[in-house]
Amino acid sequence: MADCCSTPKAAPVDCCCGGESVLIFACSGGSNVGQLTNEAAKKLDQGGVGKFYCLAGIGGDIAGMMVNAEGADRIIALDGCDVACARKTLERANLPISCYVVVTDEGVEKGHHFAISDEEVAGLCARVQELLA
Amino acid sequence: MKIQILGTGCPKCKKLAENTAAALQEAGVSAEIEKVSEVAEIAKFKVLFTPALAIDGEVKVAGKVPDVKKLVEIIKAAAG
Ligand code: SF4
Repeated sequence: MADCCSTPKAAPVDCCCGGESVLIFACSGGSNVGQLTNEAAKKLDQGGVGKFYCLAGIGGDIAGMMVNAEGADRIIALDGCDVACARKTLERANLPISCYVVVTDEGVEKGHHFAISDEEVAGLCARVQELLA
Repeated sequence: MKIQILGTGCPKCKKLAENTAAALQEAGVSAEIEKVSEVAEIAKFKVLFTPALAIDGEVKVAGKVPDVKKLVEIIKAAAG
């Protein structure tokens, strides 16, 4: 019989026996800081920290997506600013956040532009890793 | 009712199958139980984490093993 823990890394499904299941939600807002959360979430996913998942699906109360989110052991939430759209969306859905970062609290000023740097993305990813450690 | 247990055969999948059988008995509901263990088949359900449980094709649980009491609730709700 197949052992779940030998499921290939590239498999689209993670067995929860293989370790923690982690989901990443970003506000992905229409500003530099919102887009920073989106870029950082992509990088964290690509780095194997967790799966970047759709905050809009939670806001829209999409049944299958809610079930998936409820199955996560840990949830990382990234907000661009203290309006806290990701945090509030998750709270309304009763999904507990275990790691939370607000980009403007990290010293990035919010603006309605999309000029974000690799350094800012790397800095946000490092902050998440630091909080998870 | 058709219940599918999605998982590649790990201890948690087995526990979910056991709890589901117990919950069916407690709920007094009869159902066909199918184990889905092929990763490609599991992926069709769009679950992120296993073990998972689907009732009549709809995923009700993913990434955890609810206790029998919670499964009774889920089964009764699905049975209507
Ligand atoms: S948290 Fe701030 S940046 Fe993100 S979507 Fe809300 S208002 Fe926009």
